[in-house]
Amino acid sequence: MNIVLLGATKGMGRALARLCAENGDRLFLLGRDAEDLERSQADLSARSGAASVVGRALCDLEQTETFQTALAQAKQTLGHVDAVVVTAALFGTQEELEADSVLTERVLRTNFVNTVLFCEAAKRVLLAQGGGILCVFGSVAGDRARKKVVLYGASKAGLAAYLEGLDYKHHADGLRVICVRPGFVKTGMTAGLSPPPFAGEPEHVAKEVRAALLHPRPVVYTPQIWQWVMLAIDHLPKAVMRRLHF
Amino acid sequence: MRQKTQMKGWGGVSEMGEQRLSEDLEQGSMGMPLSRGLGRSYGDSSLAGTATPKAICTVLADRILSFEESTGLLCAEAGLSLYELNRIFLPRCFFVPVTPGTQFVTLGGMVASDVHGKNHHVAGCFGEHVLQLRLRLGDGRIVVCSETENPDLFRATIGGMGLTGHILEVTFRMQKIPTPWIYQESEQVPNLDKMLAALSDAAEHFPMTMAWIDCLKKGDGMGRGVIFRGRWATREEAPKQSPKPKFRLSVPFQFPSWAMAEPVVRMFNAAIYHTHVPKVKKGIVSPESFFYPLDAIRDWNRIYGKNGFTQHQAVLPATGGHAAVRRFLELLTSLSAASFLCVIKDCGEQGKGLLSFPMRGTSIAIDLPMRDDTQAHIDRLNEAVIREGGRIYLTKDALTSAQDFAAMEPRLSAFQHMRDVWDPERKLHSAQSIRLFGDRP
Repeated sequence: MNIVLLGATKGMGRALARLCAENGDRLFLLGRDAEDLERSQADLSARSGAASVVGRALCDLEQTETFQTALAQAKQTLGHVDAVVVTAALFGTQEELEADSVLTERVLRTNFVNTVLFCEAAKRVLLAQGGGILCVFGSVAGDRARKKVVLYGASKAGLAAYLEGLDYKHHADGLRVICVRPGFVKTGMTAGLSPPPFAGEPEHVAKEVRAALLHPRPVVYTPQIWQWVMLAIDHLPKAVMRRLHF
Repeated sequence: MRQKTQMKGWGGVSEMGEQRLSEDLEQGSMGMPLSRGLGRSYGDSSLAGTATPKAICTVLADRILSFEESTGLLCAEAGLSLYELNRIFLPRCFFVPVTPGTQFVTLGGMVASDVHGKNHHVAGCFGEHVLQLRLRLGDGRIVVCSETENPDLFRATIGGMGLTGHILEVTFRMQKIPTPWIYQESEQVPNLDKMLAALSDAAEHFPMTMAWIDCLKKGDGMGRGVIFRGRWATREEAPKQSPKPKFRLSVPFQFPSWAMAEPVVRMFNAAIYHTHVPKVKKGIVSPESFFYPLDAIRDWNRIYGKNGFTQHQAVLPATGGHAAVRRFLELLTSLSAASFLCVIKDCGEQGKGLLSFPMRGTSIAIDLPMRDDTQAHIDRLNEAVIREGGRIYLTKDALTSAQDFAAMEPRLSAFQHMRDVWDPERKLHSAQSIRLFGDRP
């Protein structure tokens, strides 16, 4: 597969990129830090024993003007783009966000407005070549609002709604939209938070997401058990949600 | 607010503190007193030991930055685990030049402990194969060191227990191997003299040797056990495919303390010895089962229960001959300190690391459950080590006294001098350096 990855230098994106590289995929890396991209490119190629990463370009979710050029470069290098995967996002705990309105705006803007704008640009590239996969990482925090993720969850809920609509509108045109909804996964992003039951490893997420790239479906909970965890949480009455502290 | 995390040594010593996890070691190590990897050192060397413990955990910094197929040269971030290296490179017929007895260690930890393995008599420690290190010093500077650039810092960092700087990147040479399989022989040996003779004989013919001994057996059978010798299998001997990763059993909970009581271990040890039939076994085995038999059981440290355990590993100089080993084993068996893991190995020459553990002689390692008398046992063993002119392995140690350590380690002042040069304020320290090197808590 020819895959464009935004956010492959860290966390779940890093694990996914490694799995793809080891399985012989051709990758194009997008990210905001040139040196970081270069180090990940070296890592992926060393691990696969081949030149898995065919190119890289600067692309910052916080700077919308970088989207088009970066995607065009990826398209030109890869030829055909089978999938665009977005794992990049910003995170802040509810306390951090409440204490800092500037950070709140950054998180909301990056995770919702700018990610949607990036997807729009990616969608155009994919549709122009007759279709492809757009795989975007949301979060289970976007499924049901909770006390601990009021703001972060809202940004991911908006993104999920957008992706759902995109799937309805362009499925017939060959666009396959995947909204990945990871549960709690132990990465640098969640370091310092105490892991709840069913916390997953990035390598496990990578396996399930790569399987979804081979057989696309609109919503992927990962680790899979979170589908059932969220089913239970979705059905909790509001009165209970007000009392719970998660 | 960051939550407090429990940081633990493999033997069970622990502290609650702030463990920072970051993909970016350069940033994450800023202002931190200590780096820690996978927490496999047995004692307190990966703990901070201060009133408000802090450490940067390196495991997320695990990128390979370059690998040269023709030379085997590999440069990687310090948090890369040996498990990953093996997974990636064994099928490509490359292996680390030196491996410890577990693959759940990081490159940074392998340098800081200057790990040794079954091939010490031919390959030396891991540090012998390291070409360059990138460090963050206590004062915040980032420096590169090697045999030609800051060589004094380089030698102090190899085996320096992370006290000279945060190891950010490691460059070392991987070894090309003929196949990813091991030809192994194991043989039942009835007593100590025969065991020591078997070890030196095996060292002549095999690049990898070690022996397990029953350290509860006294009298004529003292030192009986099983010797293992091996080499990489040739293409003709080895199966065509690469070995598959093994399914790992797990110890799901802490065992009760009687699980490691003396009668149980005595039976267990006798069983291992007597069930080794025929007397000599030969065959092709996977590197995983040859190098890392204990990795097959995840969380095996839990068999020691909630009190945990410690390991005493000492090397006795070759100048003392078989008699020194005999004296030490006599002491060991007289203590009847139950251990089902007692490993003996003859070491080669001392390496380049300033505080590196091995020296030419015999290394003996035993696991001891933590009990009321464990401290007394360690003190008596150390007394014997000092008498024989040997020394202990810091990576395993939790209970040695500062006085005993100073008595067995003439190189300590040279090491402290290096710290005076590179970290005069002792911004870098660990619970172990507070206990043994007189650092301020």
